[in-house]
Amino acid sequence: MSEYVKILKATENNYDTKTFEFELDAEAKPGQFVMVWCPGMEEIPMSLSSTGKIKSISVKRIGPDTERLHQLKEGDVIGVRGPYGNGYDLSPGREYLIIGGGIGTASIMPAVEATGADTIIGGRSERDLVLRDRAEKAAKNVWYSTDDGSFGFHGNTVQLMKEKYAEKKYDCVVACGPEVMLFFLYKACQELGVECQLSLERHMKCGAGVCGCCVMDGQRVCKDGPVFTSAQIAEMKDFGVQKRDECGRVVKFRK
Amino acid sequence: MSILSTAVGKVGLKTPGMVASGIMDETGASMVRMLKAGAGAVVSKSIGSEPKAGHANPCFTEVEGGLVNAMGLPGPGIELFAEEMAEAVPHGNIVGSVAGGNADEFAMLAGKMEDYKACAVELNLSCPHAKGYGMEIGTDPALVKSIVAAVKSAVNIPVWVKLTPNTHILQQIALAAQDGGADAIVAINTLKAMVISPEFAKPFLSNKFGGLSGPAVKPVGVRAIYDLKSVVSVPLVGVGGITNWRDAAEYIMAGADAFQIGSAVLTDGPEVFAKVNDGLEKFMKDYGYASIKSMVGAAHE
Repeated sequence: MSEYVKILKATENNYDTKTFEFELDAEAKPGQFVMVWCPGMEEIPMSLSSTGKIKSISVKRIGPDTERLHQLKEGDVIGVRGPYGNGYDLSPGREYLIIGGGIGTASIMPAVEATGADTIIGGRSERDLVLRDRAEKAAKNVWYSTDDGSFGFHGNTVQLMKEKYAEKKYDCVVACGPEVMLFFLYKACQELGVECQLSLERHMKCGAGVCGCCVMDGQRVCKDGPVFTSAQIAEMKDFGVQKRDECGRVVKFRK
Repeated sequence: MSILSTAVGKVGLKTPGMVASGIMDETGASMVRMLKAGAGAVVSKSIGSEPKAGHANPCFTEVEGGLVNAMGLPGPGIELFAEEMAEAVPHGNIVGSVAGGNADEFAMLAGKMEDYKACAVELNLSCPHAKGYGMEIGTDPALVKSIVAAVKSAVNIPVWVKLTPNTHILQQIALAAQDGGADAIVAINTLKAMVISPEFAKPFLSNKFGGLSGPAVKPVGVRAIYDLKSVVSVPLVGVGGITNWRDAAEYIMAGADAFQIGSAVLTDGPEVFAKVNDGLEKFMKDYGYASIKSMVGAAHE
């Protein structure tokens, strides 16, 4: 059911990302998402970057809909459906290594705060690293990687994960980021023999598990996911290879 | 043969519940998943001639008692749908739902579905939110008859016709479909509906209106099947708001030989089919019904 909430606070995270806080009573788990809408945009899925009574979304400006969201100020209203999806399984007693790539960091931040686990945040460049303050407050260790070497480890999150895993074994890797990152992260986890939970993304319409538009090999990203385990991903032919457009046509990631 | 087996004309079903069109049926893999979950058949997404994006988001919301959607018949188009059918058909009954704008287009689409080995074709003459399609052409008895007749002369597989409740002449339309040669009538599609967000003083859906489905529409659907059973002789398929065995039994006793489930996949997941099948079997044994057929139309005098 849609709820209409007022924005309590709008914070600029960096040059292209803003966080909007609002109050929503519905309980939410780290890794869940909401469908967000206001007039002048298409409704889109957004990961919750905070999952308490005060919830938030962190929006990177990538197109007309996120551009529209960026115009919002404190006191403005947005429509919110959800929370939807399964969220991360953060069973206690396990050592997690949590990884956020780019704006995927928004999705993992509540998991970082819930567990205090070691965290890797990656981005193209220093200015693309978001939510650092929250990670540094919550996590035991926070490590950074940048593709251009402008901050932290020079390289990507997968390379950095391998280095950290060589120093210390973890029970499970939790991650959200671009699919190409997740694809190589999954491969690395397979090689290292470590379980992972990855938050995936597909074009969504209902968001609630009925229409079937976001399926990957019959699994609904909106309802069975967005977080999938290594065991589930092992069964997916679509992962890292292809997605479907809004008509349901197959689109290959690489020709 | 299981107590739950039934048939819609020539189409035999191991279990009486099918996946309604528009639910988890746009890809081969998701149709396979629904068959494995215990559906006796899957009715595909309504496929048109060309790839179609459907209506922009928002196109869906939960409401009290169900949900309102205006997907706008998105789909990859009939040519590309060949691949999805090829993946699904080896696993069970797939009814190919098609949405054309006129008799020729329906006949062409149905022919393709026959080529793809659909066990039957379902004509979408009832979608309430796609301009020029569905209900807009499915509420004129003469037009309905001509479309069904055109499809009948184009294919050999059974032709089912899915009707809209958004009319006061449902019986006339069904009779027209039967006159045109329909092998079964499926009822109901969604009820035309609207949701307004007071905060924005605007309709919520990008298409402004959509269709209501879910538990709230069940009594409307049951009444429709009851009315249809009184006038047509072809088999009926009941759909609208079925969530549990009671709902299914109501439709069957109103006159349906089989039923379809859609919105309950939202609340119960694909597991809804196993739940309804189990409940129905228990009820039948408890109340002495030896077969689905023995329950069909039981509520009529």
